[in-house]
Parts: sequence; C-alpha cells; structure tokens
Amino acid sequence: MRLNHLTAHELKKKMIDKEVSCREVVQSVFSRIEEVDGNVNAYIRVEKDSAIKNADEIDKKISEGEGLRDFSGIPIGIKDNICTKEIATTCASKILENYTPIYNAEVIERLNQQGYILTGKLNMDEFAMGSSSENSFFGPVSNPWDITRVPGGSSGGPAASVAAGEATCSLGSDTGGSIRQPASLCGVVGFKPTYGMVSRNGLVAFASSLDQIGPFTRDMEDCAALLNVVCGHDRHDSTSLDIEKPDYKSFLKDDIRGTKIGVPKELTVKGIDPEVKNAVDSALKIAEDMGAEVEEISLPNLEYALNVYYIIAPSEASSNLSRFDGVRYGFRNKDADTLRNMYRKTRSEGFGDEVKRRIMIGTYCLSAGYYDAYYEKALKVRTLLIKDFNETFSKFDVLISPTSPTTAFKKGEKIDDPMTMYMCDVCTVPANLAGLPAVSIPAGLSASKLPIGLHIMGNVLREDNVIRTAYALEKAIGFKNFPKI
Amino acid sequence: MRISSDDVKHVAKLAELQFSDKEVKKITPQLDRILKHIAKIRAVNTDNVEHVSLIIDVKNVFREDTPADTVSQEDALKNAPLEEDDGFKVPRID
Repeated sequence: MRLNHLTAHELKKKMIDKEVSCREVVQSVFSRIEEVDGNVNAYIRVEKDSAIKNADEIDKKISEGEGLRDFSGIPIGIKDNICTKEIATTCASKILENYTPIYNAEVIERLNQQGYILTGKLNMDEFAMGSSSENSFFGPVSNPWDITRVPGGSSGGPAASVAAGEATCSLGSDTGGSIRQPASLCGVVGFKPTYGMVSRNGLVAFASSLDQIGPFTRDMEDCAALLNVVCGHDRHDSTSLDIEKPDYKSFLKDDIRGTKIGVPKELTVKGIDPEVKNAVDSALKIAEDMGAEVEEISLPNLEYALNVYYIIAPSEASSNLSRFDGVRYGFRNKDADTLRNMYRKTRSEGFGDEVKRRIMIGTYCLSAGYYDAYYEKALKVRTLLIKDFNETFSKFDVLISPTSPTTAFKKGEKIDDPMTMYMCDVCTVPANLAGLPAVSIPAGLSASKLPIGLHIMGNVLREDNVIRTAYALEKAIGFKNFPKI
Repeated sequence: MRISSDDVKHVAKLAELQFSDKEVKKITPQLDRILKHIAKIRAVNTDNVEHVSLIIDVKNVFREDTPADTVSQEDALKNAPLEEDDGFKVPRID
C-alpha cells in the first residue's frame, strides 16, 4: 500500500515508529498530485514548498522526541471557500480570482495547532452551488473512479483528492449535501456535524442557516479524530454552540445491538438506481444481523424538503452574495462610468451561470409580493419538517437512506437542466434544514465499479449514534477499494 | 403562474445583475421551471405554524465591549481593486 493511500492514524503510527518520515509522507502525496491531477483537477492551488518545509519541521520534532497529535504532519487539503491567510481563496469564482484573505478561518487555526500540512486549495462548484463540481471557474473536477464522470458537488475537489490519494483528509462545506453527496460518489467518508458545532468564521457564506464545515476521510476513525479538532465554540461565530464538546473518538464502538434504525420511505425516491437500493438494503440487513432493529417509517413533510431548500438556500445566498460588489475585494469591471453600472457589470461578469440563477431565484422569493408565498411559507414548512424529525427521533436513534439516488453521472449530463441537477440533493437536504448530524460512508461498488454511499442521520447533537452506527457498518461492509486512476 | 421575461429583467435589476436579451431568453424558462417546482409547498397547510428563525437554541449572543485584535487599515485595503487616500475608490455615484 502506498503511503498516500493510508489513513491519518496509520501514518501517525508509522511516523512515531520512525518507519517513515513526514517528508516521505508529504512527498508521496505531491507526487500523486503531479501524477493524476492533470486528469482529476481536484486542486485549484498546490502549496508544495511550504508543505515540504513544514514536514521537515515535524521530522525535526519527531527526532527530538516530541509527541505527535492526531494530525501533526498529515497532508490535508482545504476547500477553496475556507479562508487561508495570505493564500488565495477563490470559491472557484472569477469574482474572487485574486482574493487573498488577511485572516485564517477558525478551522484553519485549529488545524494549525495540530501541526497539519496544508497540501493546497481544492476545487468546487462556484460558491458551493452545484452537485457536480462542473460550475468552477477553474474547470470541472473529474471522478477518480471514471474521469468521464462527475465527482459530485459542491465539494468535488475535497472528495476526489481523498479518493485518488492526493490528500490524506480534507475539509469541505455542506449546505444541502455538498460534503455527503460527493463523498458518496467518490467512495470516501464525508461528515456534516450538527449545525453550530463547527465555527463558520472564515467560511465564505452561501446560506448561513444551513452551512456547516466538515471532514472527508478514508475511514470513521479519522473522521471522528478530525471532528475532535474542528468542532468547538468560537466567539467569532454567534451561531457557534457554547457547549462542552464530546470526545468523538469515544463513540467508535463496534456495537449496534438494540439501535433503532428508521428507514424513511420518502427518501427511497422514484428513479433510484436499483444497484443503489440493493446496496442500502444489504447494509440494513447487516445492521439487523448485528442486532439493530430496522423499521420503515414515514415523515410526511420530507417530500417538501427539496422545495423548501431551493427557496431558503437561494434566498440566503442572494443576500450573502450582495457583498460582492467590486468595491472592497475581488474582481471589478473597470470600464463602468457610474457606481451602479460598476456593480452590475462586475457582478454579471464575475459570477457564473449557476450562481446568477440562484441569486435570481432568491431575489425573486424575497421580493415584494412574493415574500409571503415563497420565503415565509418555506420557513413555516421548515418548522413542520423539524417537528417530523423531533417526533421520529423520540423513537429512533438514526435514520438510514441512500446518500444519492444514483452513482456518479456523466459530465455534461445534467448541467443544462438545473431542476434535474437539484434532484441529486433529495436525500441530503433534510439534515441541513433541521441542523442534524449526518454522514455518508461507502456501501460498496456498482457493477461498473462506481461507489455507492450509505447515509446515516442522527438527532441534533447525537453524533454519538451516527458515529457508532457508521463505524459498526463500516467494519462489517469492509470497503477497502481505491480507484485505479 | 408563469414568470415572464419582464419579471426576469425586473428581478435582475433588484439583484444588481444584467442579462443580454439572449441570456434572458435562456434563463426565463429555467427559472420558470424551478419556481413552478418549489411552489409545490403551497399545498402544505401552515395555519398557526410559526416560521423558523434559528434552528439552534441560541439567543442574543452578547460579549463584553472590550478592545481586542482588530483589522488594520492597511490590511483592510489589501484586496481593494482601487484605493486612494486610505479609502476604497469607486466611480461617480449616480
């Protein structure tokens, strides 16, 4: 097994045992990037020089007998909507092509305390809007399992890089499934924590009531360890929960006897790929064999989740993205003679088609005469959906479904049909609307060797149930495949 | 209810965006289809239902008003497309 395909906990052990140096680990990742990223396009920017330098510092510490933290010397890629001080952060948009943050996101400060190695900034759908990572100013990301297919989105770069061995772990952001859906399509673990557990300070805002940062890893053990690092209160984010955070690694227990699993029938949607359904059904069978209780259930308002999401998310986005006006940062059209013309030309040239589409939908839903019918109505249906979840979680520990109704689709297949693209998020948006923790883990491969993801949701702050169930099923399923790119 | 190209032009103005006639022709049916789909929530009975304001139990987050680390003027202007006399420079305000 090559170094760049190992997990963070395996690498940590090898570095402590002096079996490998941190420099070798980091170099294995960069040679992999040089080997495959011309095809994958997971990276917008690679930070090789600083990475090697930082690796040598870690090696020096090891030689001086200093202990390693879980992510000391571990090569980690960061989605390009998370601010990195003095390193360009573009959101894969022309409008931020030359933007260099003057501060680090809180999650970056936390990773720095670990002594992590930044590999580079990862490609994505522009402003995290999309389900295929085709909406990038820097070109589409390819799925490492089949480069004619999409990696999912919007965190296509973070998912593809971990799958292809171009980073050991990565951080992405999830507004309606942008961590979990690409994790599913690329065959890796992707976790969205409870809303408020990870600071959004330094995450370029898309839809503030839904956005949450989370990890991509190769297994649940790394996932729990990375949650330990990124979760926790931050006074710079007023929606950050000021509560004691648990040790997420303590939930890695291979025991789901008596766990009550609900299977919402609304999420086994029309048009689901039979291979995906079979993989989920066999995972549920495994869970039953391990002593869990599985029951099909119904949450009546789930069928409206996608509709609610595609009102609330664009509405918040249209407001959040009003800050991009060519005045304080980013691209500016320099030909305009008046301020208003400058705004319009800057925004029209700086934003891509999907971003403009969402700004238009959001502006429409918030505009006079339509506010009550769309935005206000959506907020009320969101209340009903949360009520459905509250009732369900009084009886069940976790809810299981597919992460995505299909495996990775072909590039270009859905890009001209926005509504069909939006349907990709049907299983993942409910967790964002209700603020729930949820994970996608690999459930197997289809006949054509494309990964299938299993989606596990828990109640607010019940990461324990999600991690325990995911860990037990991960062990039982035993997915240990890498794409042959 | 259908969204017209005039609606699209009006909303574009509100959003400080501009579209060519060709772009309006392309985006209008796309927006129409999306709006038609999301309008399905009108079928839900929401009488006496409160709207969600915040999904987590956090209210009025205050802190002591004490001076702390702050952004310098130099840093704040670092990303400015145009600057003059320690300020952001913009075209004539119409």
